[in-house]
Amino acid sequence: MVSDDLIIAKADEMMIGRVSRSIKEETVAALVKFSKKKRTFSEKELEAILEGVCREYEKAQVDPGEPVGTVAAQSVGEPGTQMTLNTFHYAGVAEINVTLGLPRIIEIVDVRKDPSTPVMMVALEEEYSSSRENAILVAQRIEGTTIENVSIQTALDVINMEFHIDLDSERMEDAGLTMELVIKKLKKVKSVENIRYDEENFTIVVSPGQMNLLKLRKFSQKIKALPLKGIKGIERAMIKKEGEEYFIYTEGSDLAEVLKIEGVDYRRTKTNNIYEIYEVLGIEAARNTIINEIQKVLDEQGLEVDKRHTMLLADAMCLEGDIQQIGRHGITGEKASVLARASFEVTTGHLLEAAREGERDMLNGVTENVIVGQPIPLGTGIIDLVMKMPDFHKEV
Amino acid sequence: MSKIDITKHELVPQHIVLSPEEEILFLEKYNITRNNLPLIKSSDPIIKAIEERDNISLKGKIIKIIRYNSPAGEGVYYRYVID
Repeated sequence: MVSDDLIIAKADEMMIGRVSRSIKEETVAALVKFSKKKRTFSEKELEAILEGVCREYEKAQVDPGEPVGTVAAQSVGEPGTQMTLNTFHYAGVAEINVTLGLPRIIEIVDVRKDPSTPVMMVALEEEYSSSRENAILVAQRIEGTTIENVSIQTALDVINMEFHIDLDSERMEDAGLTMELVIKKLKKVKSVENIRYDEENFTIVVSPGQMNLLKLRKFSQKIKALPLKGIKGIERAMIKKEGEEYFIYTEGSDLAEVLKIEGVDYRRTKTNNIYEIYEVLGIEAARNTIINEIQKVLDEQGLEVDKRHTMLLADAMCLEGDIQQIGRHGITGEKASVLARASFEVTTGHLLEAAREGERDMLNGVTENVIVGQPIPLGTGIIDLVMKMPDFHKEV
Repeated sequence: MSKIDITKHELVPQHIVLSPEEEILFLEKYNITRNNLPLIKSSDPIIKAIEERDNISLKGKIIKIIRYNSPAGEGVYYRYVID
C-alpha cells in the first residue's frame, strides 16, 4: 500500500527534468485515483510505473537529425492531393459561408492580408450571453449599418439638385436606429447644406447646394455609404445559440474594434483573419490561429493529420517574429544559402545577384549539399566525427 | 467595462520575461547564443503590453513562452526580443 504523499514525492524525484510538468501532474492524479479505487501497488511497482511513463515520453521525442520538416511536408501534402478534388468547397457556420478546402489552405500559407471570407466568432459577457434580447443589443453595436442598408430606395432629383431617401422603418428598428439619429449623422456631413424630412413617412431629402451633376452623383454615393452605427467592414452579425450561451457570428472582421465593444467578452472572441490576430494579439496568438485554421480545414474534409505537423508549419512561419509566407517572399526566398535559393526559382537571377554581392555559401543546409554531392546534414549525417589524435610529443 | 488586457486572451499563451541569471543558465544549458533563438518583435502587442504593465524595456531580453495546447501537455518556447 502506497500513500498519496509517497506517489507525489516519488514522481517529483523521478520525473522532474524528464517529462513536462503537466504530464507529471496527470500521472500523479491518475495514480492517486487508481490507488483510491481498490487496487494497491507496492513502492517497487510505483517506481516501475513512473519509469515506464518517463521512458514512453522519451521514446515519443524526436531524435536529433530527424528530418521533421520533410515528414511534416509529406504528411500535410498527401491529404492535400485528395483535397484538390473538392476545390472551392463551402460549408456553413450558421448561414455564413466560409472558404474551406485547398483555397483556404493556400490562403493561410500565403498569409493573405484579406482572406476571401473573413468571419468572426464573438463571445459575449455573461449578462449578454444568457438571453437573445441582450445578444441582439450587442449585435446591433457590431453590425456596420449605412444609409443604404436601411433604405427602401434612393433617388437623385437632377432638376432640383436633391437626393431623396426612403427609409425602411422595420430595418431601422432592427438596427436600433431612430430618425433623429439619422438626421443628426447627416447634419455632420460637410457638403450637406439643407435637410428636409418627414418623420411619419420616413423620407429624407438632402441637398448639397450649388453643384454640377457629376458632383451630385458623387455626393449621393457618399450619403449612401454614410456609416450610421456599428463597425465598418462588418456586413452581417448573426446570433447563434451554442449550449446555454448565445454567440454572435459575423461576416467581415475587425478584431481591434470588436474587442472594444461593450458586452463583448474579449478573451474568447476570435477571427479567422490571421493577420488581424497578429496585429492585435501578437505572434504567439497568430501561431495558434494558423494551427487552428489549418486543422479546421483538414477536419472538415475528414482528413487526419497529426497536430504536430501543423504546429511545425506554424512555428516555421512565425520564427522571425512576424508571419512569413511559405514561398518566394518568405521562408524559401530568404534561405541563407545561394544554392538552395537558386534551386527553387529563377536560378540564374539568384546566382548573378549572389556573385555581384560576393555571397558565400557555407554548405550548412540540405539542398546545397545534395547539389555539391556531399552527405547531407540529416539523420546520421548530422554527426561530425572528430578523432582525438594521440599526443606525439609526449614521451611514451 | 474593464480595460482590455490582451495578455488574458485565450489565444495568447503565457509570456514570461527571463531574468539575467535565468538567461545565462538557459543559454548554457542548450549551448546556444541569443541569435539562435526564434524572434519576437518589440512592436509585438504582447511585448508592448508587458512593457507598459511592468514599465520596463524588453529589447534584447529573452521571453519564455509556455504553451498549454501542445500534445505533450505543455510546451516551452523561447523568443528573443528584437526591434
